[in-house]
Amino acid sequence: MTDIRSAATRVARRTDTALVLLLVAVVIVSVATVPNFGTTLTLGFLLVQVIPILLIAMPMALIIITGEIDLSVASTVGLTSAFMGVMWRDTGLPIELIMVLCVVVGALCGAFNGLLIAVLGLPSLAVTIGTLALFRGLALVVIGDQKVSNFPVELTTFVTKRMGETGIPQTMIGVVALILVFAMVLHVTPLGRSIFAMGYSPEAATFAGIRVARTKFWLFVVSGAVSGLVGVFWTLRFASAGPDNATGIELAVIAAVLLGGVSIFGGRGTITGVVTGVLLIGTLTYALRLARVPETTLSIVTGALLVLSVVAPSALALIRERLRRTSTPTDSPAPAAAG
Amino acid sequence: MKLNIWSSGARAGRATAVTAAALSIALFAAACGSDGGASSGGGGGDKSIVYLPKQLNNPYTDVVLGGGKEGAKEIGFKSSVLGPLEASASAQVPFIEQATQEGAGVIVIAANDPDAVGPSLKAAREAGAKIVAFDSDTNPDFRDLFVSQVVAKDVGLIQLKLISEQIGGKGDIAILSATATATNQNEWIKFIEEELKSNPEYKDIKLVTKVYGDDDADKSFKEAQGLMQSYPDLAGIISPTTVGIAAAAKYLSTSEYKGKVALTGLGLPNEMREFIKDQTVSEFALWDPAQLGYVAAFAGQALVDGTITGKEGDTFKAGKLGERTVGADGVVIVGPPTVFNADNIDDYDF
Repeated sequence: MTDIRSAATRVARRTDTALVLLLVAVVIVSVATVPNFGTTLTLGFLLVQVIPILLIAMPMALIIITGEIDLSVASTVGLTSAFMGVMWRDTGLPIELIMVLCVVVGALCGAFNGLLIAVLGLPSLAVTIGTLALFRGLALVVIGDQKVSNFPVELTTFVTKRMGETGIPQTMIGVVALILVFAMVLHVTPLGRSIFAMGYSPEAATFAGIRVARTKFWLFVVSGAVSGLVGVFWTLRFASAGPDNATGIELAVIAAVLLGGVSIFGGRGTITGVVTGVLLIGTLTYALRLARVPETTLSIVTGALLVLSVVAPSALALIRERLRRTSTPTDSPAPAAAG
Repeated sequence: MKLNIWSSGARAGRATAVTAAALSIALFAAACGSDGGASSGGGGGDKSIVYLPKQLNNPYTDVVLGGGKEGAKEIGFKSSVLGPLEASASAQVPFIEQATQEGAGVIVIAANDPDAVGPSLKAAREAGAKIVAFDSDTNPDFRDLFVSQVVAKDVGLIQLKLISEQIGGKGDIAILSATATATNQNEWIKFIEEELKSNPEYKDIKLVTKVYGDDDADKSFKEAQGLMQSYPDLAGIISPTTVGIAAAAKYLSTSEYKGKVALTGLGLPNEMREFIKDQTVSEFALWDPAQLGYVAAFAGQALVDGTITGKEGDTFKAGKLGERTVGADGVVIVGPPTVFNADNIDDYDF
């Protein structure tokens, strides 16, 4: 067991190192060649743009590592945003309480997913495609085609406010704290180890006494709650609560998580990798836009990058397998050949 | 368990990293290579104007932007276009931020959401940019001016004037509209009805019915067909929607009523050209979208120069279109709708 784990850890570390180097390379090349990129404005705008993706990527990474997926996150963001708008417009409740309620609404959305997936044992892909449409539909029911925008200016400026001359938005403090929590849970605690185990083999995990269903249920609840939090952030950042907020960002999140080295088959991934993946796609998009690369070319580049990130691990595993066969022909097949 | 394949791991890792770095450099080389074509402008300075349409690759938008480019050229500003591929509320924000970062002098925006673009436009203004909204307004707090197509009343009245001319000032007319709830169409129809009642010039014209083609070509075609059956004495049809007028023209052109029943309304020159040529339709109207971009460029220049501040009563010169005045709430009207006929239709391509 320890052999496999340390081996897997080494694979993960290598992927992380490659990603970090790639990110550094992208930043260096961008600063050198793209006009206006090397300023503190970039840091501010770029980070605020990636915060929603970064936040949702955390629970998404954990869910994908267990071998499941959550496609309903963006619709949950939309629903909580609509909820926040209606509560602020129609009730006299203080905004702080409404924000807390939004996270609760998000968590309830997640619990609904979790119930269907973990308790009834339905496939998460099918369930969350359904709730993707359902939650978006509910958002329309809640707020109609209206928009609410008269949120307190102190709050809307607070979320994008930068810390002094650094250009770093102050919201990043909270985001970093949340990332650290997820990193600790996944990489240090027994819960994290059981998340990996579920992804390797749900049967084995069950036999080993891991409560698979319960863990998955709570992961979906967390995913919903974080989406609710992003709903609040999104609403305040754009000073606009509407039913179509954050449409389609689930794809950006999943793309970044996979690029960050999380295996779509489950069982492998690191938080470092995911954070780097998010920053990599974010920086690349930002730099290419500043370099005035047309939007169409941009989606080709990011799409190709994603395909590459899914194909590369399998291709590398295949190559290693070949190398192994030629070097030690008598060896038994390696059980955990990456993914 | 023996897993000696991992001993060669470090090397493989380094190889991956090197490949990855090389890839990223290649990507950027490619990006810079295509730079010449893509960045036909951009860059900073007061004398630059960035157009932010609702979405790219939309035929209507292309005409608007064509006018914008022409206007920018005449005033000697560098112009460029930034925008999302999908017309969603918040997709525009990153592009506003980009224009800010590039230090654009003027940002001309057609807002997908009047409020969602607010905070980022505020940041752009703080960085020194002048904000001109066009086509679709932002919340007035976030822009200096709004360049609007036309006055709704003018759109209604021009159609009534055209049909009156075409039927000789008397007879029964019908309206073939879009949906029964369409805000724009209903507003224009309201002005037509009021004018029919109040203006003695139109006392011999009677509006017999209003039908709705729901902006669906097939349904509009059938509604036009039905109109001719129900009202054999009908002298003319007004269709205040581009889909309706094209469908009605298609029906009339192949029917016995061609040339006998007048048809006018709001149409796109490219869709109506054949019906003008075969004399099914003699004249119709629409605003010229290119003028929108054109006037926005001159408005931006006047703001940068400081000749206007965007308050009511300010005037500026909009090139070949002449002087424009800022109205209440910082709204600038581009001008009266354009009338298209056999003489001028080939001058337009949209």
